Amino acid sequence: MIRLDSLRQRLPGQVLRVALALFAFGACGAAVAQTGAAPAVPDTMQQRVAACTSCHGAHGEGSPDSVAIPRLAGKPAGYLIQQLEYFQTGQRRHAPMEYVVRQLSPAYLRDIAEYFAKQDVPYRKLPVPAVSVETLRRGEQLVMRGDSTRGVPSCVSCHGGKLTGVEPMMPGLMGLSYDYLSTQLVSWRTRQRAAEGPYCMGVVANRMRESDITAVSAWLASREPPADMHPEPASAQTEPLPGWCVMGKSGAGQ
Amino acid sequence: MKWWRRGGWVLALLVIVVLGWHYFGRAGQSASAPAQREADAAALHDPALIARGEYLATVGDCAACHTARDGQRYAGGRSLGTPFGDVPAPNITPDPETGIGAWSFDDFWRALHEGKGRQGELLYPVFSYTSFTKVTRDDALAIFAYLKSLPPVQRPDTELGLDFPYNVRSSLVAWRALYFKPGVFQPDPAQSEQWNRGAYLVQGLGHCNECHTTRDSLGGIAPDRHLTGGQIPQLDWYAPDLSTQPGGGLAGWSAQDIVDLLKTGQSAKGTAFGPMADVVRLSTQHMTDADLQAVAVYLQSLPPRAQPAPAPFKRATSHEQGGKLYAQRCADCHGADGRGVAGVYPPLDGNTSVTEPTGINAIRSVLLGGFAPATIGNPQPYSMPPFAQQLSDADVAAVVGYIRQSWSNQASAVQPAQVGQYRHTPID
Repeated sequence: MIRLDSLRQRLPGQVLRVALALFAFGACGAAVAQTGAAPAVPDTMQQRVAACTSCHGAHGEGSPDSVAIPRLAGKPAGYLIQQLEYFQTGQRRHAPMEYVVRQLSPAYLRDIAEYFAKQDVPYRKLPVPAVSVETLRRGEQLVMRGDSTRGVPSCVSCHGGKLTGVEPMMPGLMGLSYDYLSTQLVSWRTRQRAAEGPYCMGVVANRMRESDITAVSAWLASREPPADMHPEPASAQTEPLPGWCVMGKSGAGQ
Repeated sequence: MKWWRRGGWVLALLVIVVLGWHYFGRAGQSASAPAQREADAAALHDPALIARGEYLATVGDCAACHTARDGQRYAGGRSLGTPFGDVPAPNITPDPETGIGAWSFDDFWRALHEGKGRQGELLYPVFSYTSFTKVTRDDALAIFAYLKSLPPVQRPDTELGLDFPYNVRSSLVAWRALYFKPGVFQPDPAQSEQWNRGAYLVQGLGHCNECHTTRDSLGGIAPDRHLTGGQIPQLDWYAPDLSTQPGGGLAGWSAQDIVDLLKTGQSAKGTAFGPMADVVRLSTQHMTDADLQAVAVYLQSLPPRAQPAPAPFKRATSHEQGGKLYAQRCADCHGADGRGVAGVYPPLDGNTSVTEPTGINAIRSVLLGGFAPATIGNPQPYSMPPFAQQLSDADVAAVVGYIRQSWSNQASAVQPAQVGQYRHTPID
């Protein structure tokens, strides 16, 4: 049995609560109406690849916060496809990348690679490492001419005369930070990075001294990128690559 | 007082071991009659049977465990982590020396149905024979025919990585006595054919219960915990309760929602991620609509779950901070109202992966981000940024606490220390 007097005492409180609840509900409704209950989602590749662009930049221009996160925009599609495949199989190691690419099908992976290969956005100025003039000179020597006494070919012999890469597989080396370049060369040495077949960069990186890695990375990072950063066409590769320097299960160079 | 209690336990264990040995160890090896053996062997080359076996092997997701990353399919080598140590999955291609090339169907049936190896050795239950025992002999024959039709791959099995005493196989006698009851699925005549098909797939070949339940300290599953959800050992994801009735983890899910998630990787109610994304990508997206419908019908028949008395609901002190982060980082896609965008971004309001008891799924989803599985039905899924690189433990805890305690969600808050615990990225 409900005692009337207690009901009378409780009633105003309840009324107040209900009124407050209604008011709050109304306010929420207004807020929802304002912000839009269902956000409009652009049916675009850019919207789909939010997991990539939150680190690599909205157009794959590289991270503004971390020089270790590389630019993807404008790299040859074949090269990007190959790297995504390597992250899936574990031939290239970087845990967050390995996790993000895990659920991609071969077709979608290709779409994503082609999307970033097509992006044409300006290069950003990267910090230039403070190294000695001799180090830069050694870097230039290795990049442009190599070091035949150590069996190290020049960078330009494979990565294109302007160092902007060669279609479809060879990545450019311009516009990358000292941190990223030196980390990658060390990864090649320690087999954190690998490629199909004769494993050419691993061989090259192991023929370089540690100071050579610093020199090459510093010189490359200190160059002003050329106005035209597009990779050169495959026909630009006139000299045949050495037998142990063939890359790629995605088709090129075989 | 204590010595006799301990003695009692030892005695009880001994009795279990002896009984178990008597029951399992000495039971004669099941072998079919010679005529049956010949018929089985002849059937193995039937292309229709092989094709059916391929479908069934996909439903059973055999390749997920029996394929190493970047390894050849079914050639084994993937290391399966358990709280007791690592167990490498064996090579099940028909290589005569390192695979199952020399196996007869009787050998295969004994492994699947009784959990015993070719020499009669007891198999570790990381091979889910606790579920596979329900698979019919006909289906097992089809799967065997398919495996026998694969190109043989020579890859010797990797050594067991189990700790003592779990590396002593005979200790499994006791485990099996407690947790394993061999027996093919028995249809319930009171239920429809569709329901029985769904029950068979869920309980048997699909081995859903191997993740979607809580295991005890010996890694066993109590029968009354069937599909009630639990934290997956070693993987550190929470596999939710699968009941669609009140109190269930999938409360409010329609049959179509279940079919959509299994077929495309997402539904109006949620998106598959973590280990379930693998399951959808490798297995369930390839199931027939009839089988998916049957699974949905069966899951919808799971009983309501007892709802714990509502604890006094206490909002985290970080709620306001979490709300700010939510507005900045999450609301563009999941909506200020937490309802997401149908077919694109999952809702967070009422999403079991947000409100599950541990908070692990929400914490790890925020840290790891990633793509929904790319499937035939959803070939270009949208994705979520990984926030591990951008948010501190305290920020992740605040925003996860916010989504667990907003809209209709009334789950517990999470602590920054929990976030730190799950910061590592899972790879294998």
